[in-house]
Amino acid sequence: MKGIKGSIYTIKSFDDLALRESGVHSLHPAAKLIVVLVYIVFTVSFGRYEVTGLLPMIFFPLLLGAAANIPADPILKRLLYVLPFILLIGIFNPLFDTQPAMFGNAVLAQGWITFFSLFIKGVLTVTAALLLIATTGMESLSSAFRSLRVPKLLVLQILLTYRYLTVLLGEADRAVTAYSLRAPLQNGVHYRVWGSLAGQLLLRTYDRAQRLHTAMCLRGFDGEYRTGTSRPAGGRDFAFVAGWTLFFLLARLYDLPALLGGLFA
Amino acid sequence: MHMADALISPEVGIVMWAATAGVAAYSIKKVSPEMDDKKVPLMGVMGAFIFAAQMINFSIPGTGSSGHLSGGILLAALLGPYAGFLTLFSVIVVQGLFFADGGLLAMGANAFNMGFYACFIAYPLIMKLILKKGTSTRRIFWGSLLSSVAALQMGAFSVVMQTLLSGKTELPFATFVSLMQPIHLAIGVVEGLVTAAIVSFVWKARPDIIEGAMLKRSIDRKPLKKVIIVLIVAALAVGGFFSWFASSNPDGLEWSMLNTSGQEELVADDGVHSSIAETQEKIAFLPDYGFREQDAAGAESAEAASGNAGTSVSGIVGAAITLVLAGLIGLFVVLSRKRSKKQA
Repeated sequence: MKGIKGSIYTIKSFDDLALRESGVHSLHPAAKLIVVLVYIVFTVSFGRYEVTGLLPMIFFPLLLGAAANIPADPILKRLLYVLPFILLIGIFNPLFDTQPAMFGNAVLAQGWITFFSLFIKGVLTVTAALLLIATTGMESLSSAFRSLRVPKLLVLQILLTYRYLTVLLGEADRAVTAYSLRAPLQNGVHYRVWGSLAGQLLLRTYDRAQRLHTAMCLRGFDGEYRTGTSRPAGGRDFAFVAGWTLFFLLARLYDLPALLGGLFA
Repeated sequence: MHMADALISPEVGIVMWAATAGVAAYSIKKVSPEMDDKKVPLMGVMGAFIFAAQMINFSIPGTGSSGHLSGGILLAALLGPYAGFLTLFSVIVVQGLFFADGGLLAMGANAFNMGFYACFIAYPLIMKLILKKGTSTRRIFWGSLLSSVAALQMGAFSVVMQTLLSGKTELPFATFVSLMQPIHLAIGVVEGLVTAAIVSFVWKARPDIIEGAMLKRSIDRKPLKKVIIVLIVAALAVGGFFSWFASSNPDGLEWSMLNTSGQEELVADDGVHSSIAETQEKIAFLPDYGFREQDAAGAESAEAASGNAGTSVSGIVGAAITLVLAGLIGLFVVLSRKRSKKQA
């Protein structure tokens, strides 16, 4: 499934995952947001020649995903879409950085090492970001933004965009389907109707915004979007943040696999 | 044009986040007074519209292929630059969260590359200027086309700079630029044509929408200057703080010791490194940062030359053990959860 329908499906499937119940889901959303951000910063801060030292960072997404009961397929599917761009930039490294480097007993171009490092970083950062939304959901995440003092106008913006995304994707899908049924064997929308097809959609969007505004006013909208999900952070949330941050720090400062391997080899 | 987290270094990511946060805070300040709260839902729904419109294939005459809209200029023309930027930013946030299109760390860079140039440079300096003397289909056409091309060229160049400053690719500057700019010229032309078509259509059907956005208090020079000063100060402050922070970690310490021991510059024996570093130095807009990066690259390649870049046998054994351990623990968590579910 691709294109507009695929996007609707992706959003809905992540919404469903966020509704599951687990120890990870029940953590404070701000705690998860902070840990994931710290994780991404630590992961990309590893040196460009780092491969084995990076591997302990796998523990975080793996354990989080397993504990939260998140299946691998939706995340692997997104990885397939996103990774090619990263690899496209990285694949030039072996061509430009040909200095030899030892990898065990094999000799490789250094460029391959930077390429592998980039590949691992790509997989880890994308997975962590997706796990955040899959275990938290957009509304809770927005309450986390608010508790971290993101201005309410921006949070409201993000929430409304998310809320109306599937609605407008549905409208766009219907418009494009109607068009393609009347204009078969055509790769996309003909240039003569570029303006009217998207423009009609746009005008309907304006009217929708007006109805939406009226509805919001009638229900006493005062500029704050209340999700009803905020609660104070507890000891478990602080332990989650402190524990993982400590682990990332250790993994970043010491090459844990090398130390571990040193015990056996 | 979305940059991914893996392609950006923490320093560049955080500096670009600071820049985007600065522009967003300024935009919120500018939007709030003119916010008859009708605009709140309008911005939200427009964000969703742009997202949906980005998914429509527009076939390009005579080529057999199709292009897409990215929407920066369209949003600026419909909502004005401030609300336009905030709306595009929220689209990028949702894309980053649900689709991993551009990661969380790179989000600031993405919002800046796609939103800032379109809303705060190309729109006011090109499109608005062209439409100043009256609106017509022809003016809308040229305004949309030129400002879209300009916005995408600046955005693409920004992507090149951020990637090279992050040091994740070995692509030489010249090669990277000569790949990115022409591709984005073509993308910019398509973007401009689609934007022109949509804006003209809306202008004919509902002229109040386009003219309403145009009539908003124009961005006179002073506030724009203020934005730029705030940006530079924020970037320098954050950059300074983080290079201090970075140099207190072991790699940085090694570098600063070398630096204070009298060796001012390490000789990077790798031609590519030094040529990138040279180009960086020439075009760095944050000179301090550029120097630091250059030395760090030098230190890194010196480290590589001394054989540390490769991995020892014990490293590989340890890596294998780590992976097996990770797998086992993951399996254990899954199994124990299933068991507790059965008991419950």
